[in-house]
Parts: sequence; structure tokens; C-alpha cells
Amino acid sequence: MDILDGVAAILLIEDDPLLRRGLQLALGRHGHDVRTAGAGEEGLRELRADLPDLVVLDLMLPGVDGIEVCRRIRATSEVPVIMLTARGDDFDVVGGLAAGADDYVVKPAQPTVLDARIRAVLRRAAGTADGVRVHGDLRIDTTALTVSLRGGPVALTPTELRLLLTLSRAPGRVFSRQQLLEEVWEHDYLGDSRLVDNCVQRLRAKIEASAANPEYVRTVRGFGYRFGPV
Amino acid sequence: MRRLGLRARLVVAFVLVTVLGAAAAAWSSAGSASAALVTATQARLCESIAGQVGAVAPQLTYPPDQEALDRLRAAVGPDTLVTYRGLRSGTDNGLATGALRAAVRNGDRLVTQRVTAGDRPWLLVGTPVMITAPDGTRTASGIEVYAVRDLTAVEAQIDDLTRSAATTAALALPLALLLALLAAGSVLRPVRTLRDTARRLAAGDLDARSPPRGADELAELTATVNEMAESVQASMAAMRRMQADARRFAADVSHELRTPLSTLTAVVEVLAATTDGMAPDARESAQLAITETHRLVRLVEDLMEVSRFDAGTAHLRVEEVDVAGAVRDCLRARGWLDRVELVAADGVESRVVLRADRRRLDVMVANLVGNALRHGAPPVRVHVRADPAWVWLEVTDGGPGLPEHVLPHVFDRFYKADAARTRTPGSGLGLAIALENARLHGGDVTAGNTGAGGGARFVLRLPREGV
Repeated sequence: MDILDGVAAILLIEDDPLLRRGLQLALGRHGHDVRTAGAGEEGLRELRADLPDLVVLDLMLPGVDGIEVCRRIRATSEVPVIMLTARGDDFDVVGGLAAGADDYVVKPAQPTVLDARIRAVLRRAAGTADGVRVHGDLRIDTTALTVSLRGGPVALTPTELRLLLTLSRAPGRVFSRQQLLEEVWEHDYLGDSRLVDNCVQRLRAKIEASAANPEYVRTVRGFGYRFGPV
Repeated sequence: MRRLGLRARLVVAFVLVTVLGAAAAAWSSAGSASAALVTATQARLCESIAGQVGAVAPQLTYPPDQEALDRLRAAVGPDTLVTYRGLRSGTDNGLATGALRAAVRNGDRLVTQRVTAGDRPWLLVGTPVMITAPDGTRTASGIEVYAVRDLTAVEAQIDDLTRSAATTAALALPLALLLALLAAGSVLRPVRTLRDTARRLAAGDLDARSPPRGADELAELTATVNEMAESVQASMAAMRRMQADARRFAADVSHELRTPLSTLTAVVEVLAATTDGMAPDARESAQLAITETHRLVRLVEDLMEVSRFDAGTAHLRVEEVDVAGAVRDCLRARGWLDRVELVAADGVESRVVLRADRRRLDVMVANLVGNALRHGAPPVRVHVRADPAWVWLEVTDGGPGLPEHVLPHVFDRFYKADAARTRTPGSGLGLAIALENARLHGGDVTAGNTGAGGGARFVLRLPREGV
């Protein structure tokens, strides 16, 4: 896969056959290689058979619902997940983000918007390398894009990694949620700050000794987040 | 004058009736007892005088001399005057009137008269002394006996009776008051219950009922009120059900439309990218399909937003928002920056921060500005004003303004000011959604016209601290 050329292997899990085909056609025109699945179990099988670069997941699925599918994907893989949700369905959005989704797009989704989100997520896996940053027990290799804690590797999703890279680029600097949404998620001014909060929580669960008393990713009440200083 | 309450009126009437009745009864019994007492005393005195006179009279010689008169007077007792023609024994205290004397002189019986002298009641008794001949005929001897008896003791007894009657009546007063209060309470309790029920009904608690007790007029009234409440409740329930059905239908329709619209949205983009190679009529058709799909999407999104407000499932996600920044972002995202002037009123601090739902604020601004751009004329301006409690966003345009008859309806759903111009690019829900969003924030939107130029003016007012 060459991200800069914009050809990504995408797994689309959507139960409505016409919408599935429509999105496949539209994303195909944006240069993606789209495989499809009509139900959660089928999607998980496809995922195991051949790991895609990204999953587009409808939350309203018959059988195993989208949130559960997302949870099962996260149990085995750091592959980015973009959810398709209904506007106003806050319950779905919150559930999906808690289950580990990277981003969401509200239906009816314009393929251009969905494509922009897909590319933004995939770009997170590439970055400007500036060597190895060591903060306490945490070692961030910005070239190899790997993170290790006390010598052991930490598996981060591209979004979690990009968030950590962004914050640790300037230890001590406070980033507002809007700034992080624009830098990490490449969202416009109406970005959903719950994306940031959820991602911070998942990141803390992976690198902090105590999520309640974080050492690396700290909350600045009323403003946002800051890295360290450690 | 303020009218007395039902309770007070009942109590006053009851007490008056009871006390008057008790007083009348006591008074009349005291009266008849006094009369009987006076009559008995009088009879006793008369009898005693007649007896005394009768005992002495046969022993008198006729014509009597002074000594005989003195004897008779002594027999009758003190305060007695005995006369015979020119002779008299005893003192004339002047109480015996001429009428009494005439009655004694010309009659043959004992006569009495009651008088008051020196603030004391007196009984005057006058009797002629009769001579009974051996053949049984009685003739007047010419001797007249006048006696005066003090009636003070009797009067005092009568006064006692009257006093006790008054006391009885007075004693009845507190008792009557107590009974009246109890009676009024028992009469008024159902009235009060009914009043409370009516008040709860008026306040919207349609479950309020009062249990009817007994079979009187109040019980009938209570039953009638209950029936009324029942039927109002039934109609309200039916109306709510119909409204809920209608809302659910709108929500369901919108929801069902979402999937095909998603498909259409996905494929019209493919279509749009391939119109270049089409024949002109096919290209125009494709472009119409694309435009209308986008319109349909907007309409369904607005419908779903409205149905969320109706269902009460619209939620705020409040965060701190810089108002001017949010307005600028909104205008920039829609490419309106060069068509709309953003003005901050003098004296407003450079950064007005508001606790609001960022997305909903964006929708409100977009809908109000979009409305001004579509229906008004340039210049379209957005003024930001603030005080410590509120933020005002005022959207004005330079058009002809809103006609009077349109003003009350501008926030109505699908309201079209100009019936001929039904195909506007908006969904017809924009202003209604702006208003619902403002209310969700604890604010409002008002519509009017600017004074001078006459353009339309919409004012969005939001509380700075959020809800």
C-alpha cells in the first residue's frame, strides 16, 4: 500500500446491499480497493482472512451489532476503524468510541467527506521523523513509529500514536481539544471533542501506570491536555 | 365591602339563630315565671289583709269610734290607714290614689293597685269593711282600710330570674359558636376538597379527583367535576397519542429515508464526475438529480432534527465557545465570509465566551444568516452584543423587511411568506430549528424589522452560562 498515492485496502461492513454497493463504487472512484461484508460475523471473517488498511463499519448491523464488532476488532488488531452513524444517535457514537473506533461519519455520508476522513486516518501512520524521544520509562521512536514502555513494545492504533506524537512533540505545552482535533483528526471547527477524550483514555490505559493519576498525558482542566513534563 | 367567606357567613347565621332562640326561650320562661310570682304574692297579701280585716270587723261597734279604727289598723299591721267618714287611723302616705279610693268607696270588694314610689315597687290594697246582716245581706259599713305592702323582695326574685335567663343565653353563645364551627367545617370540607381538586386540574394534574361522599348536592357536584376531569383527561390522552403517533411517523419516515438517501448521496458523486461525456439533456438530468438529492438530504436531516426536538431527545453538548470565532468559522465553512459583515458592538470585550453546544450554535447562525441571504438583500450583517448574563447575535439585512402579517409565522414549520415562491432552496425548517435550538439553550430568537432601512432583523439571545 502506498498511502501517498491514496490506494488503501478498505473493508466496508454495511448490511444494506444497495448502500454497500453505492459506497463501494464511490470509494472505488476515490482510488480505494474496497472489499465488503454484509454482516458483523462476515466482516470479522474477512478481517482475519486478509487484514485491510482500514475498516468502515456501519453501527446499525443485524446480528452482532457494530459496537460489538468494533470491540472484537480491537481485541486482536490496531487497524483503524471509521464508524457510520446516524446523527443525534449519541448513544452509538459514545459506545463506538469507547469500543475503540478512531473516527465517525454521520449518514448520509458524502463519499468525499468519508474519503477525507479515511486519508486523514491513514496519514496518521506516516509522520515527520525526528529521532527517538525518551520520557521516563516511555520510549517513542518517531522514525520506526514504535513505542515501548520499560523496554516492552506498546501496540498503539495510528490515531493513538499520532496523539502521543503530537503531545510529546512539545512536552509541557497545553493543547486544546479543538487543536488536537485539527492536528490529529484533521477535523474542521465542528469536531467532536469526545473523540479526543476517548482516545486519551485508551492511550492512558496502554502507557500509564495509573489511569486515574496519569504521568504522561495529563488533563488541564478547562483547557485540554498536555504531555508531562516527566 | 369585601364579602364574608362562606364559612364566616355560615357561622354567623348559626350563632345568631342559636343565641336568639336561647334568649327568646329564657326570656319568655322568665317572663311567665315572674307573672306567676307576682300574682301569687299579690293574692297572698290580699288574702292576709282580707283575713285580718274579717277577723276584727265583727267585733266592731257601729258607728265606730277612733279607738275601734285604731284596733282595726293595729290588726292589719303597719303601713295601714283606716278611715270612717271624718275619722282616720294611721298615716296617709299619699300612695292611695283617688281612683283607688273611689273604687273602694263605691264597690264592695277588695281592690289592688301596684305603684312605684321612691324607686321601690309597692302593692296598694284597699277594702271596704262589710257588715253582714243576720239575713245574710252585706252592706258597706263606711269603714275603709288601705294597706301598702312592699314588693321589693318579689321584684328582686324576678330580677334574679331575668338574670339567669340572660346568663343561659350568654352561656349558649360559645357553645353555639363551637357547634357552628363544627357544622360549617363538615359542610365546607367537601367544598374545600373540591376546590383543591379543581385547582390541581387547572394546574394540569389531570389525575386529580375528589371522592364524592353522601348523596347531597355537593356529592353530585363532586361527581360532575370528576366526570368532567375524566373526559378532559381522555381527550388529552387521545390528542397526545395522536401527536405522538404523528411524530413517530415523521421520525420513522425520516429514518427509513436515510439508507436510500445514503446510497443516492454515494452514487450521485460518481454521477457528477462523469457528466462531462454525456449528451446535454442527459447531463442536465444528471445535474438535476444531483441537486435534488442534496436538497432531499438537507430536508430529511432537518426533519429528523425537528423530530428529535418533538420527541424531547435533543441533547446539548455544552462547551466554552468564542462567539465571534464560531460565527466566523460558520461563515467561512459555507463560503459566506465575503457576503456577510461581522460586527462587534462597541464596548464588547474582544472575546465573548459562551457556554453552548458548538454544533447547534453553528446551525443557528447558519440558518439565520442563510435565511437573510436567501430572502433579504445585502448588506447582511451579524452583530455580536453581550452583557454579563446574555449574548445577542443580531442578523440584519438590507431588504424590504418582513410584512406585518408574516411576523407571527416566520418560525412556523414550512411557512412560506410568499405563496407563489414555494421552491426556495431552504428546507422550510431552518428558522423553526434555530428557535428550537435557542430554546434548548435557554434562550430565544425574535423576528422583527430594523427601524430605518426596514430590513429584517432576527435576534438570537443565549445565556452565557448555558442551561
